[in-house]
Amino acid sequence: MEFQFQFDWQAAINSIPYLAKGIPYTLMISFGGLAIGFVLGIFFGLLSINKKWFLRWPATAYIEIFRGTPILVQVLFIFYGLPDLIGGPIDPLTAGIAAIALNSGAYISEVVRGGVQSIDKGQSEAGLSLGLSRTQTFWSIIWPQAFRRMIPPLGNQAIVSIKDTSLFSVIGVGELVRQGQVYIANTFTAFEVYFVVALMYLAITLSLSLVLRLLERRGVASV
Amino acid sequence: MTQIVKMKGMNKHFGKLHVLKDIDLTVEQGEVVVIIGASGSGKSTLIRCVNGLEEYESGSLNVDSHALAPKGGNQSTLAEIRKEVGMVFQQFNLFPHLTVKRNIMLAPMKVKNTSQVVANATAERLLERVGIGDQADKYPSQLSGGQQQRVAIARALAMEPRLMLFDEPTSALDPEMIGEVLDVMRELAKEGMTMMVVTHEMGFAREVADRVIYIHEGQIVEEGRPDDVFDNPQNERTQAFLSRVLAH
Repeated sequence: MEFQFQFDWQAAINSIPYLAKGIPYTLMISFGGLAIGFVLGIFFGLLSINKKWFLRWPATAYIEIFRGTPILVQVLFIFYGLPDLIGGPIDPLTAGIAAIALNSGAYISEVVRGGVQSIDKGQSEAGLSLGLSRTQTFWSIIWPQAFRRMIPPLGNQAIVSIKDTSLFSVIGVGELVRQGQVYIANTFTAFEVYFVVALMYLAITLSLSLVLRLLERRGVASV
Repeated sequence: MTQIVKMKGMNKHFGKLHVLKDIDLTVEQGEVVVIIGASGSGKSTLIRCVNGLEEYESGSLNVDSHALAPKGGNQSTLAEIRKEVGMVFQQFNLFPHLTVKRNIMLAPMKVKNTSQVVANATAERLLERVGIGDQADKYPSQLSGGQQQRVAIARALAMEPRLMLFDEPTSALDPEMIGEVLDVMRELAKEGMTMMVVTHEMGFAREVADRVIYIHEGQIVEEGRPDDVFDNPQNERTQAFLSRVLAH
């Protein structure tokens, strides 16, 4: 028997409209989750460098738990496990956004901590010596400088989170991979379809990289 | 005369190191006090206690009309003290994300709610005064070390302090830039600013100081008019220190 495989361009092109329906979900889950994750990251990141142990400890626990367990387990827990606890179903989109938020939040906490700690102590001393309160010193002197340093690792986290959403096909959100699976079940063109799916992820992540690079360049110019 | 700073029996430790030992020191209004001593002697720590960047452990400290309690005590006067005390650091500590002018405008606007128009005018006037009126819109990294330190002085002056602390203001500068910073400080002293200056610039100390204090291992071992301290030091520690720094 002779084996011959030919890439079916027509099948690939035909799959695009159906697969593209997954893009809004992928974007919604990743950017919705990242937006919340950013807020969580600032909150827990700042708590984790607080002098008071009873503020620091819960933040450290949160970070360690969500960094130390697989995101797939986290989303399965939220989607299949939590309903038992709260007594009602959670829709897959919400579960996906929650998983990205909690997971990226843990990593972003570490980015925030590192960014803030990288700023020289002399900066806050200068602010305090001028009469600014600790809060004023932080938000008008430390944070703007720390945030600029945080842009590259934040971009990195965004790209990781976008790719993580592909795992959420297991809970049935109609994101890119899920759309691909459903489409293949009817057409049996796995090679072509996953190729297109991969290209779509690449298009999203490359656009993001480009935006981040522009942001970084603007930031560097004024420091 | 009004006493701006009054320290009584002040002590401080860094871990096991007894860095300030029973410090008694007063600074009168308009006085320029220069503090000299070897590195690690506690001279920087001493002036950093005045605006609460370091906490002392026992004794008492008064700055202007405010008492600042030792570590663990009520620190509610600290905000008022910091409004009245300006500080210039060895490493300048300018804010790199703000323009020179914004560096100077920040504190008056945030702390005293000065309007932007007034803060702007003050910043321009102060930059003129320290001789860099043409650099207002640059970022600190675009300036030389000497210029940066002059901005830092202007930034502190914008709060109209009653006392200025200088923590080795010329130690991080290239030799050719030391003079321009000392010139500004000399002007300031001439205008009657009360100053506490930690420095290794013995020429400046001799010329500008009303009083020179020599600190050795956390203790004030010699204190007096510059000519007396430099030409006729009484304590053998001071003699040894001065012979080392004045030899070259």
